[in-house]
Formats: sequence, C-alpha cells, structure tokens
Amino acid sequence: MNPLASTYLGMELRSPIVASPSPITGRIESLLRLEEAGVGAVVLPSLFEEELESEATTFHERRELGAGVFSEATDFFPDVELGHLGLERHIALVHEASERLSVPVIASVNGRSAGGWVRYAQDLVHAGARAIELNMYDVAVDPDHSSRHVERAYLDLVLAVRTAVDVPVAVKLSPFFTSFAHFAVDVARAGADGLVLFNRFYQPDLDLETLDVLPRIELSHTGELRLPLRWIAILRPRLPRTSLALTSGVASGTDVAKGLLAGADVVMTASEVLREGPYRVAGMLGELTEWMQAHDYESVDQLRGSVAQHNVKDPGAFERAQYQRVLSSWH
Amino acid sequence: MTSWRCLDGNEAVALVAHRLSDVCAIYPITPASPMGEYADAWSAAGKVNLWGSVPHVVEMQSEAGAAGALHGALQKGALATTFTASQGLLLMLPNMYKIAGELTPAVIHVAARALATHALSIFGDHSDVMSARGTGWAMLCASNVQETHDFALVSHSATLRSRVPFLHFFDGFRTSHEVDKISLLVDEDMRALIRPEDVLAHRARGLTPERPVLRGSAQNPDVFFQAREAANPFYDAVPAIVQEVLDEFAERTGRQYGLVDYHGSPDAERVIVLMGSGAGAVREAVDALVSAGEKVGMLTVRLYRPFPTQALLDALPESATRIAVLDRVKEPGAPAEPLHLDVSIAVQEAGRAVLVTGGRYGLGSKEFTARDAAAVFADLAGAEPKRRFTVGIVDDVTRMSLPRLDDFNLSPTARSAVFYGLGSDGTVGANKTSIKIIGENTDLHAQGYFVYDSKKSGSVTVSHLRFGPDPIYSTYLVEAADFVACHQFGLLERMDVLGIARPGATVLLNAPCAADEVWDRLPVEVQQQVIDKALVLWAVDAGRVAREVGLGSRINTVMQPCFFALSGVLDETASIDLIKRSIEKSYGRRGHTVVERNHAAVDRALEEMHRVDVPASATSTHHRMAVVSSAAPDFVRDVTARMLAGEGDLLPVSALPVDGTFPTGTARWEKRGLAEEIPIWDASLCIDCGKCAIVCPHAAIRMKAFPTEHLDGAPTDFVSKAYGGKDLPEGTRLTIQVAPDDCTGCGICVDVCPARSKSEVKRKSINLMPAAEHRDQERQRYDFFLSIPEIDRSTVRQDTVKGSQLLQPLFEFSGACSGCGETPYVKLLSQQFGDRMIVANATGCSSIYGGNLPTTPWAANAAGRGPAWSNSLFEDNAEFGLGLRLGADTQRADARRLLSELAHQVGEDLAQSLLDDEPGPEDEAGIVLQRERVATLRERLRGITSPQAIALDSLADALVPVAVWIVGGDGWAYDIGFGGLDHVLSSGRNVNILVLDTEVYSNTGGQASKATPRAATAKFASDGKGTRKKDLGLLAQAYGDVYVAQIAIGANETQTVRALREAVAHEGPSLVIAYSTCIAHGIDMGTSMTHQKQAVASGYWPLYRYHPSADTGTHPFSLDSKKPSIPLRSFLEVETRFAVLDRSDPVRAEHLQALAQADVDERWHYYEQLAGVERSIPIDEHELSRETGGEVEGLAVGDDEEMS
Repeated sequence: MNPLASTYLGMELRSPIVASPSPITGRIESLLRLEEAGVGAVVLPSLFEEELESEATTFHERRELGAGVFSEATDFFPDVELGHLGLERHIALVHEASERLSVPVIASVNGRSAGGWVRYAQDLVHAGARAIELNMYDVAVDPDHSSRHVERAYLDLVLAVRTAVDVPVAVKLSPFFTSFAHFAVDVARAGADGLVLFNRFYQPDLDLETLDVLPRIELSHTGELRLPLRWIAILRPRLPRTSLALTSGVASGTDVAKGLLAGADVVMTASEVLREGPYRVAGMLGELTEWMQAHDYESVDQLRGSVAQHNVKDPGAFERAQYQRVLSSWH
Repeated sequence: MTSWRCLDGNEAVALVAHRLSDVCAIYPITPASPMGEYADAWSAAGKVNLWGSVPHVVEMQSEAGAAGALHGALQKGALATTFTASQGLLLMLPNMYKIAGELTPAVIHVAARALATHALSIFGDHSDVMSARGTGWAMLCASNVQETHDFALVSHSATLRSRVPFLHFFDGFRTSHEVDKISLLVDEDMRALIRPEDVLAHRARGLTPERPVLRGSAQNPDVFFQAREAANPFYDAVPAIVQEVLDEFAERTGRQYGLVDYHGSPDAERVIVLMGSGAGAVREAVDALVSAGEKVGMLTVRLYRPFPTQALLDALPESATRIAVLDRVKEPGAPAEPLHLDVSIAVQEAGRAVLVTGGRYGLGSKEFTARDAAAVFADLAGAEPKRRFTVGIVDDVTRMSLPRLDDFNLSPTARSAVFYGLGSDGTVGANKTSIKIIGENTDLHAQGYFVYDSKKSGSVTVSHLRFGPDPIYSTYLVEAADFVACHQFGLLERMDVLGIARPGATVLLNAPCAADEVWDRLPVEVQQQVIDKALVLWAVDAGRVAREVGLGSRINTVMQPCFFALSGVLDETASIDLIKRSIEKSYGRRGHTVVERNHAAVDRALEEMHRVDVPASATSTHHRMAVVSSAAPDFVRDVTARMLAGEGDLLPVSALPVDGTFPTGTARWEKRGLAEEIPIWDASLCIDCGKCAIVCPHAAIRMKAFPTEHLDGAPTDFVSKAYGGKDLPEGTRLTIQVAPDDCTGCGICVDVCPARSKSEVKRKSINLMPAAEHRDQERQRYDFFLSIPEIDRSTVRQDTVKGSQLLQPLFEFSGACSGCGETPYVKLLSQQFGDRMIVANATGCSSIYGGNLPTTPWAANAAGRGPAWSNSLFEDNAEFGLGLRLGADTQRADARRLLSELAHQVGEDLAQSLLDDEPGPEDEAGIVLQRERVATLRERLRGITSPQAIALDSLADALVPVAVWIVGGDGWAYDIGFGGLDHVLSSGRNVNILVLDTEVYSNTGGQASKATPRAATAKFASDGKGTRKKDLGLLAQAYGDVYVAQIAIGANETQTVRALREAVAHEGPSLVIAYSTCIAHGIDMGTSMTHQKQAVASGYWPLYRYHPSADTGTHPFSLDSKKPSIPLRSFLEVETRFAVLDRSDPVRAEHLQALAQADVDERWHYYEQLAGVERSIPIDEHELSRETGGEVEGLAVGDDEEMS
C-alpha cells in the first residue's frame, strides 16, 4: 500500500502534492520532471479568456493597421495562418500533457464572459483534462455591485460550468469574501467538487522613477501558509464531501503535513518549485515521509484532517485573532 | 464543372505561374508585387506545382538580379518565371536579350506600368513593355482579369512549344488590381496544354557536365550576323503556335481567343485597334454605336510580338476605311507610337486603302472610358480625322486632344455602387468581400476597383463596384452610381461625395449621431444635392456600433450588411448568412474572438440603420470647407487645389510644368484636419526639453523662442513661458504649438514627454485633447505662432536636442503614415541643414511622402532658401547623389578660379575672405558671413560686363557650402542600390548618406530586404527570415575613411543630433543608419519612439559612431549605447512581425529567436572589441585637393576644426 496515496476530486493520486499553475507546469519538459519527482497531479497554467481575446484582437488590429490605405501597399503582412494563438497553444499543451503524463492533468480556466468560462472548460476537457479548476480571479471594483451580486455571479458560473462538463470541477477562490464559510458552502452546493484555497492576486507596485504602475507577484513564502491552513481546518467539517486543496506558502514536506493535518486532500505548490526546480517535489515528499515516520503515521489518509477544527481540543483557536498568544509566543 | 472565383489580375496570374514553375525569382515592384507575394506564401505553405514539387521562390536584390537568377535557372533546364513592372522590367532587359537569343522558354508576367520620366508614376500604361519590344521576347497582352488567368497558361504553353520566351502583360492596376469574377482553370487544363515532351526537351537543353556544351560565346564579325538570323524560323512559327494553343485552350474551356480579335459591325467602316484593358471600354462604345446603327468595330491585339500581320489583316473587315490605332505609350519624337506604326505597315504592305490615324490614351492610368472611345469614332467620322491625337485629356498647348463627347451615354445593365472611406476603416477590404459574396454565390457578375489618394495617413479610398447579370466590360471608374456610401461623415465636409450619385440613387451615411440629427449636420451643398437628385438617404451610426462590439474604428462590418440590405442585390437573410460565412473564412484564422465581434456587428447593423427624412429645401447654414486658403500662392490655388479637390483630370496640359519641376512648401496649404485628438501644451509643466518636437513625424509640434515683444498682438489665450536656459537672452519666451489641422493625432509627442504633473501623473506637459473642442482655438494660436519671426540660427546651440528644435523645419506635414519613424530624421535634417541642403532621394516611402503630388512637404524659409530635392530612381540614388556632389564641386572650383581671376576687380580683401574663410556646411555663423560676402560680390560684379564676371555671377552661390544628403530606405541601401552605395562610399567624396532603415520594403507593402532581421516574418519571408541582418555599417567602416553612425532617435535624441552634424562635418563620405519604426513592424505607433529604447536596451539596435581620424592612437569606433540589459525576446514579443511566427510556427520561431539572441550577443561582443581598436587612416591631401577642385588651403581651416 502506498502511504502517500490520496484522493482529490474523486481521482486517485499517488501523492498529496499537486503542482499548481506556474511557468513550470506550462512546459511539457518540466511537467515530465514533476512527474518523475512524484507529484500526484498537475494543474496547468490558467487559460485567461481576456488574454486570449486581447492577443487575437491585437494581432487582428495590427495586421489591419496599414491594410487598404495606400495603392502600393494594400497590406503589410503575409497572410499566414495563426494556428498557434493562445487557445490553440494551450489546448495543445493540455493534450500533450494528458497523453504523456500518467498523473492526472487538471486544466485551469479564467473566463471573462459566461460563455467563455463554459466554452473554454469544454475545450480543455475535450483536450484531455481530467478535471477543471475554475480560477476565480477577479477584483470587485464596482461600488454598485454588492457582495451578494458578486457572489451570485460566481455561483452562476460554477453552476454553468458544472453543467457543461462531465469531469470534476474545482474552484480556486480568493479569501476576500465577507462571509467566506457561507460562500464556500454555496460554491460547493452550486456543484463544485472541490475548493482550492487561496488565489493570490497580482498586486500593483509603483516605479518611483517612472511613476508607472507595475503589476507584480512575488513568490509565496511559508508565512502565507497560515491563512489557507485556517480555512481548510474550518471548512473541513463543514464540507465533508468536498475536496479541499491548500495552496500558498507550501515550501516543505512539513508544510504539506500541516495542510493535510488541517484537512486538505492535497497540498499545492508552485513558488517552491519555481525556486528550486521540479525535483524539489521529491525532497518535499521525503520530508513528509520522514515526518510521518517520526510521528508514527502510516498514511496520509490517517493524518488527514486530524487537526481540523472539529478534531482539536480548542476549535476556537482557528477563529480567534489570538493576539496575546501570538505575542507571548515571541517571548 | 466551372469554378467561379472573384480575384484580381495578380492573383489570377500567380495561380497559374506558381503551378507551372520550378523557380520563381522575385523582387517587389508596384503593381506586380502581389504576384511574387502569392508565390512566396504558397511555397512557404508547401503548395506544389503541377509536377508535385514546391517551387523555389527566391527574392533577389533587384529585378536585374531576378533576371539573372531566372536566366540561370532556365539554363539549367528548370521551368522558371518572374513578375515585374516598369523600372523593374527595364532592369531585366539585358538578360531578356540573352534569354531570347538563346531560344529559351520562359515567361515574365508584367503588370504594365508607366516609366519614370518627368515624374514617377506607379500607374498603368505600356511604356515598360514597349521598351522590351526589341528583346526578342514574344508579347501576349491580356485585356481583363479572365484573360490574365488564361493567357498565363497560354504563355507558359506557347513558350515551351516555340522556344521563344514570352512576356505576358496586362494593365497595371486596372487589370492587376481589379477584382473580377472569373472561371478558374483546373490542373487538367494545364496538363493538356503543357506538353510533357516540351518540358523534357527544355530540360534536355539544360547545362549538365554529363553532356557538356558551351553557351554564351563571344562571336566575331564573321559569324555574329548569320547566327543572329539563324533563329528566324522559330519566330516565324510563333503566331501559328500561339493560335494552336489558343484553339486547344478553347476546346477545353469554351473561351476562344484569336491573335487579333474583331468585335463590332460586320460591315464596319471605322475601326479602333488597341491592346489591353481599354478594349473593354471600346467594346461598350462599339456595342452602343452599332445599336444606334453606326458601322463601327474594334480589333483587340493579343499577340503583339511577333506581330501577327496576317491575323490582323484577316480580322479587319474589308469594309473598313478608317482605322484609329490607340497606343498607351508615348515615344517622344517618333513618327507614330509603336502599335500605330505596326498596324500602318501591315495595312500599307497589304495594299489596303485605309486611312490609319493614331492616338495616345491612358498614360499613367488616365481614365479611358466608353465616351473617350466614342470620341475617337466621332473623329474618324469627320471630314478630316486627326492623324495624331490624344484622348481623355484637354491639350490646350499642341491641341492634339479630341473633344469630349458629353452627350454620349451608356445604359449599363450592371448596377453600380461607390463607397467613400478612409484607409484605416476597412472599407476596401469589406468591398472586396462583398464582391466575392455576390460573385461566388450568385449568377451575377461582379467587378471591383479601388482608388486610393496619395497619402499614407488619413488616406481617402473610393471603391467602385459593379454587379449585374451580364459580363462587365466597363474598365473605368463608375461615373454615375446607383448606390453611394460614405463611410466617414467628415468626408462630406471635405469633398464632393454625392457628385457621383445618379438621380434617385440610394445614399448610406455612417453618421456619428441619431438618424433624425443627420440632416442638420450636412453642409448645405450636400443637402441641395440630395434634394436636387431626389436621393434616398439612410444613416447608421456605425462608429458607435463598432466600438460597442469591440471593433474599434473598423466600421466596415457594420456598413456591409447595410449595403446589402439597401442595394437589394441579395435576399436580406441570405446576405446576412453569407456575410457571416465570409467573416468566418476571412477571420477564422485569427481566432474566434475576432469572428464573434464581427458577427455581433452584423447582427446590430440593420437594426441601427434608419431612413433620413429629407425636407423640401436645404436648411443648413454651414458650407463645405474651402480646399485651400485664399492666401495660397497662385499655383496652389490654380493647380494644386484642383488636384486636392479631385479635379486633377480636368486640368489642361498648359496648367502643368513642362519638365516636372514643382514649387516646394505646398503641403502647408493642404489642411486635412485628420486628428480626432490633438496635443495641447501645458506650459506650467514644460521643462523645455524639445523631445515632443523632435519626434513629431509631421512637424506638427513646433517650438519657438522669441523676445517678449513678439507677443504684441497675440491672442489673449496664446500660451508662452519663460525660456529655461541661459544660452538665450534673459526675458526670452518659449512656446510649443500644435498645427491643429496638420497633426495626425499619433500621440508620439505625448508618449515621449518626460514632464508630468506632480499631483496627477497621467497629466503631462503635452496632452491629447478632443480636436473638436480645441481646434478653433489652436488654429488662432498657430496662426499667431507662425507670425513670430524665426530665431537667429547663429544664436542657437544646434548640437542639442532643444536647440535643434528651435530651428525651423523645412520638411513639414508630409503624407507619411501617422507615427512614421522615418520622417523625424528627415525633418531634423531639414532643421539642421535645410537652407544649404540638396537631397537625392531614392524611390520608396521617403520619395512618396516627400514628392507625391498634390502637395510637397519640402519647404523654404522666409529668405526663400530650403532643401532642393530630387528623386532619380530606386537603384541609382547613391550615384545620383554623387553626381550632385560632383556638379556642386565643379561649380565651386569654377567659382573659386573665376574669383581668383577677378579678385583685382571685385576687391582683393573680399576675394581673399571668400576663398580663405569658406565655412563648413555645419558652420552657421560662417555661412551667414559667407552669404553676406557673396551678396557683396554680386553687387560688385554688377558693374563688370566681362564674360568671366557674368559666369562668376551665375556660380557665386557655389561659394557657399552645400550638404549633399543621399536619402533612402533599406531596400535601396542594402539591396538594389548597394553596388552604387558601396562605390560612392569608396569615392572619398563629401556626401552624406541617410539610410532610413525600416528593415523591410515599406512602400511596397512589407517585403523582406537584407536589412530584415532574423526571425521576423515579412512578405517574401512568410516563414520567418532565416538569415541574419546584413551589417551595413560594418561594411562601410571597412573603408576606414567613411564616417558611420547607427542611430535611433527615440532611444537617444542627442546622439542622433550629434551624428547627423558629425556626418556633415566629415570631409568625406558618411553613412548614417537610422532605425525607423514602421507600421510594417506591427507595433503601436503611438509608443513607437519609446519602443526604440527597448530596441537599444536589448542590443537589437546598438548605437555607435565611427569617426575616422588621421591621428595616431585614436579609437574611431565609439559605442554609444550600454551593454544589453534586457533579453531580446522582450523586445521581439511586442512586435507583430516577430510574434506572427510564434503563432504560425512556434518551433521555428523558438529556433530563430534563439539564433537572433546569439546574433545580438555576438555582435555586441564584436562591437565591444571594435571600441578598443586603434585606427589611423592616412589622408591623401593631394587627392583630396584634386577631387574637390584644388586649393586645399581653403578647406584646411574647416577641416582641422571639424576633426578637432
């Protein structure tokens, strides 16, 4: 029996570490390395509908820029077929990854229109994806949109995609919801087979020389583990049949152990792999195994959720700000 | 089963030529370029020829090179072809004599075009092909698009059977670019006509060491003549062979052609003979006149060489007594034009009692209509027909022209539609699609022809469409349209859009308002036309719909369904369905987003279209804009304005200069008002840097520094600020002003402006604002700005960016593309050296935006001085410029000699200072003094009557130095003109060469040159250029004494200014290679200048100056840019030319981009080493003295100063 065997979205995985979307999961060579290193599954980079639209329309506009303007030059580019625009490239990657990897390939999609979410999810399933991760990546800026409005839109999308595809659907969420527990349960009710906690946004930075706004994302660090850890622990008893994946700040096998203890079915990592390379996963699995052996755990199934909110002596520990205890822990 | 397709003549030819060739040697030239482009694209896509091989398509450095490669391929026994026109054909002539002399089967497909004489013309006539009459090539002429397709096959077949090479020609633009519905040939047709034994025989004659022969011997007087005659039987056989092929062709296709075809009354008395597209117009006239009972007919000559005398005589009705032969060529001094001569001899030798007259028509695509043909018949019917005439123009000088027949009208069965649009709105593309929809989905015939104006920015396009149940022979523009669409509402203010509408016609306007507001927005003249002609008016706010569905300014998809709905040519539901299918076909390869947005536009279009109620009388109070100001000079008002108004066809011969000489500075009178947003200056933020002005491609941002008193009389809201520098007197004011009607709104000035508001970073010192709100105010400001005197140039630090922009640009408001990357350099030259500059300009973009009528951007200053500009050809520009230098040097030497001889009469002191204190062309103060001395000299010469004094007076200007600038693009410098450029660089002469390097043949539509970088896609390099860019600067440096600089104005303005000044100061050849962003790169032109920083930062475009020196221990190579700091890919990925390959062939893209990065790394490493190299170039002062006309002392002073 494989002590690391896990189940996520109904899929049997050989290990609880899943490679979450990053440039590493965007290339077939590194995907194969990840597989060699022991990942349980891979999530390919998100297909961003907005980006696809922008790419297609920019090409179209640029190629039309000088067309039909002057008698000597009715256009400026050879009319070659763009068979490798973003969508085609992405589908080709999903297809090749599904063909060449033995571990499940999960495709991620970030739609802009309701139709886009559904169509792209279907395209990705058709290309071979074993499951779909809906990358709900949005910054709600319209003051006329209430939280209910925003949540309703999310739920409608989940329902639409859930209805349109016949593979498991996970939903990757940000933590910025007023009543996250309530919304998470709603998402599950809308049809999500799993939740991935949490999404990390690109955050604007300022260039002090040019005064330009620069979108930036930093690699996550271990401290970021604690936010999803809290919510995994809280949601585990409330969503017993929903897969939970922890992501953000997972840098070691012991971080993986924490996620599993809190109740995650799988733990996802991207930053650590970007820092150290695909084979770091093998190291993390080794650390996890070492920890399990040191603490007499036979399998990850055994430890999974054992420190979830309902299984701890003080469930309130996951809810309180813990100001004093934290301070005292520094002394 | 017949396969019908709608396509133009170029594609119709290429479909056959590519299929029947092993080798296509190509080179771009208008209007033939698309044939080579198709061949290249098809081979890149793996499309095979009739024998299953992918033809080798190779771009050469010139048409001469293409002809050489063609000759070689043929001599190896391959089937080879090429495509060309005009000057390109002339460059092929030497090889054509050889190929014919060797009895080699070959075909050249020619889109016949005018030759450059008094002016360049890209348009159609037979000047080029008639220049090839003596080459020994058979010549077969197609009159329409179907015939180009058919005769392409006939040519390839007949050449193989006869061994005589064939020149297959058709009219440039009228046929090469006219879209028609034609029946496509199939492979079986080609196989039937291309006999395998002929192919094998050709191959067997190919050179091979297995059966060695020698071909191309040198022959002596004893045998050359006889050998020349030995081929006669082959020529004698050609007419019969061609007829044989035509008959076989007819058997397969049902289309029967003769060597000469007759059409008309069987007992015609008057007959017109001609070749080419004009045959369509003549046919219409013949049919109309025959229907009216007149005995007229026409002969269409198809095989022109060998001239089919017997076929002509056989086809000519016995009843014919008067023949008018029409030639689309002018041979000055000849007794008659070529076809006229040929027909005359044929008739005369046959003893036919026929009067033969001859006339010229259609030069440079001059319209030739059925009415013109009728005028010829009318003249033939007169008592004394004109023996020599012209038709289609008014010749009030030699009175050769036939009078216009205003009362001749046809009743066409075809319906006509005319569309006015802007190049940028997609009107032409949509109309091409409409023709395909109609022609390929119904039994109707369809024709489309597209007219563009002479500008590359804001150009107006007029699409002429016809469709109807019968074949369409109208090979001329629509004269009275059943449907008129105006896709840009603003055009109604600028031009007579509705003049072309026939009474009762339907008119569709794209109006930026609700339908019930449209009427009030129309100028009164337009309203009156609508009422007088009882036009049916419809409107749609296509701009809003396009924006709302995400199509930006591309309103064509909104307008197209409206056209179909209103024209009734197709059932509405069917037309919507067909439009959507055509969108999927056209844009499917660009992604579904593009398709969906266009579909959405179609769906919205009809519901947004509304009928406009027309009241009984005109109610508007505003008028159409005047074409030019009443303050314009006479020539501009009398001639230029007529051209601007679209009335150039009506100008009589007497209105035009006799030798192609035109006044400069006329662009300023053409106020186009293109920009929707114009830059408005915020003086409170300005830091006086001058960047906005130096990068402005259109000289529409001006900067002046002036004393406060010059503000007297300024409009109250005129803006100025204190000048921020100590180089000018205290109290000096500075103004930066937009020319609101000349700005194209590209936004480059705003992008480069470094001065931002402290409280709102998006606000800069110059900001784009809605033109509608600011134009009136800025017009007043600009008028006053112009009245402020220009600064005393000698007070300005000209070697700085800011100082350079205080100088008056003498190149302004060109018709270049909005955001053009070339024109800022040209403008800067004019600012620095304009009043002492002669420009030799290679054909290309810069000759078009610099010299294409109606208006000219090169201008003069208040003293009347400015750049003198001339364009010779494409290939010879360096030599042409050298000739200008030689002429100037000769005149200078003569002037100095005469001055020495007359010194005692004009004053020794004056003569001495004129001779000894001669300044360099960059020495501002010295030139002012020298000009004053020249003026004094002239005054003193006035009292002397000797021949020497008169001669010196005529040459005195030569005592003031001139800078000869040789300007052109990379196609010229790297490819076609490189041999000459290299020679000029080696000459040691004082010329300055500016290469405007867009890395592609921009003017002809983006074909690859040797400047095209590795990994870029371009036409003729559809699958990405696999070889690295030629390092022209390095080649020039090899000479040692050539000043070389590589510059990029958007990356480093100061280095640019410095390099141009150093180039002029260098007493010898200089070469400046200027990175020029271009729409052919597929970038956002509004940020193209800041994008140049990326080009430099990535090492893609290193900046350097190579400054030769005779001093020992110097390092002439100065690397002016920093070590590459960003990966090349970050530069490449934002340019469509590179990004396309990523999306069409990512594996090749990755491979080539890796090599391109290696190119960058290697070059940088090499340049770094060059920067450390010591080099001292010996200067032969004796030679320098001899070449510059002696008296090196006069030069030595300036020389030392410059080198120090």
